[in-house]
Amino acid sequence: MLSYTIRRLLMAIPVMGIVALIVFSLLYLTPGDPAMVLAGDQASPEQIEKIRASLGLDQAPHVRFVAWLWQMANGDLGTSIFSGEPVTHMIEQRLEPTFSLLALSVVLSISVGVPFGVAAAARRGGWTDRALTYFTTLGFSLPAFIAGYALAFIFATTLRWLPVQGFVPLSEGVQPWLRNLILPAVTLSLVYAAIIGRVTRASMLEVLSEDYIRTARAKGVAPWRILFRHALQNAAIPVITVIGIGIATLIGSAVITENVFAIPGVGRLTVDAILHRDYPIIQGVVLLLSAGYVLVNIAVDLCYTLLDPRIRY
Amino acid sequence: MTRRADILIGGGLLLAMVLLALLAPYLLKGDPRALSPGSRLLAPSALHWFGTDQLGRDLFARVLYGARISLFVGFSVALLSSLLGTFVGMVSASDRRLDAVVMRVMDGVMSIPAILLAIALMAVTGGSVLNVIVAVTIVEIPRVARLIRGIVLSLREQPYVEAAIAAGTSRPMIMVRHLLPGITAPLIVQATFVWATAMILEAALSFIGAGTPPTTPSWGNILADARSLWQIRPTLVFFPGVFLFITLLAVNMLGDGLRDLLDPRHAPEGAT
Repeated sequence: MLSYTIRRLLMAIPVMGIVALIVFSLLYLTPGDPAMVLAGDQASPEQIEKIRASLGLDQAPHVRFVAWLWQMANGDLGTSIFSGEPVTHMIEQRLEPTFSLLALSVVLSISVGVPFGVAAAARRGGWTDRALTYFTTLGFSLPAFIAGYALAFIFATTLRWLPVQGFVPLSEGVQPWLRNLILPAVTLSLVYAAIIGRVTRASMLEVLSEDYIRTARAKGVAPWRILFRHALQNAAIPVITVIGIGIATLIGSAVITENVFAIPGVGRLTVDAILHRDYPIIQGVVLLLSAGYVLVNIAVDLCYTLLDPRIRY
Repeated sequence: MTRRADILIGGGLLLAMVLLALLAPYLLKGDPRALSPGSRLLAPSALHWFGTDQLGRDLFARVLYGARISLFVGFSVALLSSLLGTFVGMVSASDRRLDAVVMRVMDGVMSIPAILLAIALMAVTGGSVLNVIVAVTIVEIPRVARLIRGIVLSLREQPYVEAAIAAGTSRPMIMVRHLLPGITAPLIVQATFVWATAMILEAALSFIGAGTPPTTPSWGNILADARSLWQIRPTLVFFPGVFLFITLLAVNMLGDGLRDLLDPRHAPEGAT
């Protein structure tokens, strides 16, 4: 297990290398002079030169890439063009709200999606199954930022149950933290829970048709025990896989949804960076969140061995 | 719901939306960009069906013109990424060494959350409808390429393809005559889902200021303008939101219906 963990982590290095290469090449793939695009229409020649130097565009690409990669590998994501602050530091300050939102959404989505999928598979074609179909179609057709406005309108401005916008750190108490995050987390969970529910249902249906389930039924095992003990454990691998893959959508939606609920996280930082054409920040955010996504999926791979003892690496 | 109902309702809604978008200039007397400082943030009325925004622009006109941008971006991305993705997937499947390189690059692209890659691309190219199409197409190509590559690899093992190879059919001929027909059905289904994703990404990009230029009346831009005003005038979010939702619903229903119709593995389940 340990050797596999190490090997799996080493395998992530080339993937991250390619991600870094893509993010790095973007600046060179653009038509025209990226320094001029980033500086904007009203920039003076000095400002353009400053940006060119700070992005290393005055050096040869391959020389710059090696230097840049070494810098990134050491945890230095560069300096913001607009504020002059280190990007690593700027992102660090914004991590708590984003991470809180993501964590809560994952917990919520799994605790809704998995039981929903199990219930739908237990009575195929029944009302829970139909409800799941409608819920999935709704989740896929309602972009998070629109769902966010709808929920905020109902539960915050009309019913006044929850705050409309903002974020309170966890250190100031669980309740205020949760009250501010519940609407954005529900918003993000709509799609994510729908994906999880759909895959749980499909995977459960497959397992429920196996012989050992029939045997368990025949010897009189309680129905809920068959579903959650015998079937779910064996249906878990596709579910865990989709939880891992879905994190990418979740991260993307979080970046957008933070702007609906005025949550001062990485998403807000990104939007400010777009406004100021602050490419180093965007680069840093993309690299960091992609690394997070890759790491989550390594964790998912490692979960397989825990869930299914037949899988050995 | 049956697959026929899905296709009919989805296709019908989509057709209605396309017609509304195409006929927008004839249906409307007003210009979606015309400012009217005297009539700011009005509620819906007989004169302004959806009300007006903070610059007095007619929201109905803006939402209809927004449909043009959204559908155009969605369709263009679906078409371009299908063509380019099929090309990449087929080329990749045709050579083992090339395959290793191409697929690693595709894995890399797919390790970056879609919206973030699109944001990064937009940041270095600047906001325009064309750049949004290019950025979202780049994001979507690997998803199509992987699908096509997988299908081609499994089709190649089929006896009829082996027979064609044994008979000395040329490689390009095998691709066009024997492999391409097997790809068409899953590609059409995938294209509808790419279409939906592209519309979401366009709206999301514009919403955070990284999409179409702020002067363009796109749904994302209308929503972005409403960001500080939606509590005063919720209709500013409601109408573009509902239009985007209905369009996505139509495309997704069409895609689900087509998938069940064209892919026998999904068909017998009834409700998926």
